[in-house]
Amino acid sequence: MKRLRAWFLAPSWTVMLSLFLFPMLIILAYSLLTRGTYGGISLPWSVESYQRFADPIYLGILWRSFWIAGASTVISLLLGFPLALFISRAGKWKNLYLSLVILPFWTSFLVRTYAWMFLLRDTGLVNSTLQKMGIIHDPLPLLYNDGAVILGLVYGYLPFMVLPLFGTLEKLDRNLLEAAADLGARPWATLLRVVLPLSAPGIRAGVILVFIPCLGAYLTPDLLGGGKSVMIGNLIQNQFTTARDWPFGSAISLALMAIVMPLLIAFVRRDEEGLL
Amino acid sequence: MKRASRPLAIYALAAYLFLHLPLLILAAFSFNESRFTVWQGFSFRWYTAAWHDSQLIEAAINSLIVAVCATAISTVIGTLCAYGLWKRRSPVLSGSLYLSLVTPEIVTGVSLLAFYQWIFRFLNVQLGMHTVILAHVSFSIAYVVIVVMARLRTVDGALEEAALDLGANEWEAFRYVTLPAVLPAVAAAALLAFTVSFDDYVITSMVAGVDSETLPMVVYAIARRGVNPVVNAISALLVLGFGVLILISERLRTT
Amino acid sequence: MESVLELRDISKHYPTHRAVNGVTLNIARGEFFSLLGPSGCGKTTTLRLIAGFEEPTSGEIRLNGAAIQHLKPYERNVSTVFQNYALFPHLTVQQNIEFGLRRKGENEIGRRVREVLELVQLGGKEARRPTEISGGERQRVALARSLVLAPDVLLLDEPLSALDPNLRKQVRAELKNIQRRVGITFLFVTHDQEEALSLSDRLGVMHAGILEQVGTPEEVYLRPSTRFVASFLGAVNWINDVGVRPEVTRVTKLAPDRHVRSHPATVLHSTFLGNCVHIETRLDDGQLAVAEVSRAEASFAPGERVHLWWQPADELSFK
Repeated sequence: MKRLRAWFLAPSWTVMLSLFLFPMLIILAYSLLTRGTYGGISLPWSVESYQRFADPIYLGILWRSFWIAGASTVISLLLGFPLALFISRAGKWKNLYLSLVILPFWTSFLVRTYAWMFLLRDTGLVNSTLQKMGIIHDPLPLLYNDGAVILGLVYGYLPFMVLPLFGTLEKLDRNLLEAAADLGARPWATLLRVVLPLSAPGIRAGVILVFIPCLGAYLTPDLLGGGKSVMIGNLIQNQFTTARDWPFGSAISLALMAIVMPLLIAFVRRDEEGLL
Repeated sequence: MKRASRPLAIYALAAYLFLHLPLLILAAFSFNESRFTVWQGFSFRWYTAAWHDSQLIEAAINSLIVAVCATAISTVIGTLCAYGLWKRRSPVLSGSLYLSLVTPEIVTGVSLLAFYQWIFRFLNVQLGMHTVILAHVSFSIAYVVIVVMARLRTVDGALEEAALDLGANEWEAFRYVTLPAVLPAVAAAALLAFTVSFDDYVITSMVAGVDSETLPMVVYAIARRGVNPVVNAISALLVLGFGVLILISERLRTT
Repeated sequence: MESVLELRDISKHYPTHRAVNGVTLNIARGEFFSLLGPSGCGKTTTLRLIAGFEEPTSGEIRLNGAAIQHLKPYERNVSTVFQNYALFPHLTVQQNIEFGLRRKGENEIGRRVREVLELVQLGGKEARRPTEISGGERQRVALARSLVLAPDVLLLDEPLSALDPNLRKQVRAELKNIQRRVGITFLFVTHDQEEALSLSDRLGVMHAGILEQVGTPEEVYLRPSTRFVASFLGAVNWINDVGVRPEVTRVTKLAPDRHVRSHPATVLHSTFLGNCVHIETRLDDGQLAVAEVSRAEASFAPGERVHLWWQPADELSFK
């Protein structure tokens, strides 16, 4: 039995080692090398790429990424919590309502981002409708700014917030809520003093699951930020393509992983059920 | 606690409109005669245009080849992996699967690119369909493992013991007892892996060669230049296609 | 008698506890043998060691004289009826029963399945799935699935515990009947002493990983070798370090004659149980004792001074 199981794990070990862990090691090695004359990498070993983080330009991009990811996470939480609460109390319709959250999530991420370009551009549906109604004269600059990026990220990752929140809210003991109401707590007090603290595990999981992909986002800032709203992801892409500074691109990638890893570990530790 | 209160229900309606309306509007306007956001009449014009665009068709075929190959490989490997992890835990393997799931796509992309370039020093190969397929396998295995594992957790371990007891060897116990029990989940996982693979842009764009441009890459290139009615049509098709696949997958997963 | 299965000093130790500790046991061909004990006593682990799902830490298991402790489950000609039956849910009754025959590449599968279906009276249910038949029928499918392979020993892991109590007695009789007809050795694990006493040719009582006594139901019940065996198999009054079962304990108002053992006591109360009456008493040294008497002898008032007595031959004594 044990031998067969070991054989069954061999292919996935091979793939994960060669196509995931080993490439990460290569990035680590590259980050400690020097940029070659025509791009690529060359000796000597150096930590120069890491020292470049101190440059105010890059610190600014880092700060902007944190700001955008943080804002997107907070907005997702504010929008997602009432929705999860609604679904958790929807009785027999629960599964349908939950599917309605999941379905767009699995629909093409690219298409969902593009849909906002379609709506928000100067001649898009929002601006043209507002103009027709005479509310505005000139189109509002809705696209190609931080706001559009945050909107796109919230739209993209809201399901990641709703699912874990729903998970904990569903398990909330109804008796407890009734007891709170029985003891004279008004709905708002019940929500703030009982529901919110008890759903902390779901909030924590949701925040981590939304923050991680937002921080590393590349596609959304590129399409909806229009090159004005550069985040870490775009910086990495740029170093590997246009700038051809692989060591620096590798160093930024590892820095990003260094932020993601502890968050993931915090999530896995709390995840009693365990997905894997 | 009472049933969902009225303000909450109204809020939920608004949230669902927020989630679904943009895609529905986009799909509706893909049938617009005009290339501008003014409704001028129903037309299949942009669908016809997409159909006659050889670059789009070629890219779609590439995407299909990549997605089918990557799905087949990752479904087999992921199913075997889930089975292997079922009773005998491996924190390192599970950990790297988790990590592969949350690693920012751009990081996965550049690390694979760096890896391929390093390998190519020793082999006479170039970026192409094979590098894209391998990259897709690496990021879709985790999805397969999670879906199949969820189903395995509901399978009674005594079933396999019963099979061994009745004379089946380990392979036969897997083949005739455990695998049939998780087969719907395996199919659901395959559909999921297919959509994830078909849709990927960020990783693919880093590891694709000149002959392996996928549909998302072409769509992205057009979209970056601005809104284009042909992209609207393709988007509508993708939304519809993915929606159907995901609904089937959900149905399989929960039966 | 010829032994079909021999356990020689087998032990199974886990990092945290010793599940089975030096069990030695011979089971004769054709015998109905029960392993009886409370939950966690090691009886199920012993069964799993014989089936091959676990490997013993030490000791030897011999089937037909050959050591089998290192063989895989599918290399041993023993078969298990699982507690929850473990029927394959995606297969029909027919396919469940065929499963083992097909794996072993046997001939005449159709005929053999028909025969065993007739034996367990499941004719007509071949095409049903396990979810479409009753609990009792599921139990019989599990039995048939193993019997059809004609194992040297059939291992049954509390096969009646999943049935509702009304059905249990009926299935018990069927089980005994089937065993007599097929002549296959049954090793039956249970925590229910009534099941073990009524079904077995011989039984072994396990406690904390140790096999405390092996014998016929009469031997084990009437001459238990340890206090644990005595009290696990039935109620015991402990009077001056001597064990006396309630059904041989008598109660009289007057002191009995000198040929019997007796002890003064005070009646606490009587409980009417239909076919008999339980007189609960307190001995003068403070211990409680129960006498199970017929309705005719049971006219005692609470607080009444009485004498408990019994025949010396009925005493349970331990080395």
